[in-house]
Amino acid sequence: MAGKKLSIIVFSGTVDKLMPVGILASGAAASGYEVNLFFTFWGLNAITKNGMQAQPQIDKNYEQMGPMMMKRMMEMKFPMWHQLVKEAKDVGEVKVYACSTTMEFFGIKKEHLADFVDDVVGVATFLDRAEGGTTLFI
Amino acid sequence: MAQDVKITKTLDVKGMYCPGPVMETAKAIKQINVGEVLEVLATDPAAKPDIEAWARRTGNQILDIQQQGGVTRILVKRAK
Repeated sequence: MAGKKLSIIVFSGTVDKLMPVGILASGAAASGYEVNLFFTFWGLNAITKNGMQAQPQIDKNYEQMGPMMMKRMMEMKFPMWHQLVKEAKDVGEVKVYACSTTMEFFGIKKEHLADFVDDVVGVATFLDRAEGGTTLFI
Repeated sequence: MAQDVKITKTLDVKGMYCPGPVMETAKAIKQINVGEVLEVLATDPAAKPDIEAWARRTGNQILDIQQQGGVTRILVKRAK
């Protein structure tokens, strides 16, 4: 089963979308997949040091569910999405990429990014890394 | 058959949910040697299919799976 790959374009910055990114990335890494995460647009905002410290936001369509869901996650001692990404990096082969164009849109510098970001890249790099595997847009 | 197996390490992931049991199993298998057996105790209803799938992906061997009340007991042999 060598050479299996999961790549995710992380577009969304709300916790209801970031949680599945963390779960998929860590589960795939534990199962021996190569994992590539490409954070772009609102997703990129979520991997800035400020973004990770901010109160988690939930998609507007589900906002009435937000407090209940966060409470249950705390009761279950469920890790936050970025902890799952860090765990994924410990357990397997996971690369975290930040989108250079989005950084310019938001005025984000490399030093503003979370420590677990491996590199600032563009679409050609992401496509090259993702080639031959499964790619999701979340 | 499961009774004769020598268990090298027990991993208790009761109360953990996906992806916890798989993550912890992946970490624990690295702490035993090839040929040794890891016992996993889980309450996540996804633990059985998930650890079976994980074992197929990673080339490890499931020796036995038993449901003991709400607890799933899985014996995994480190194969590589």
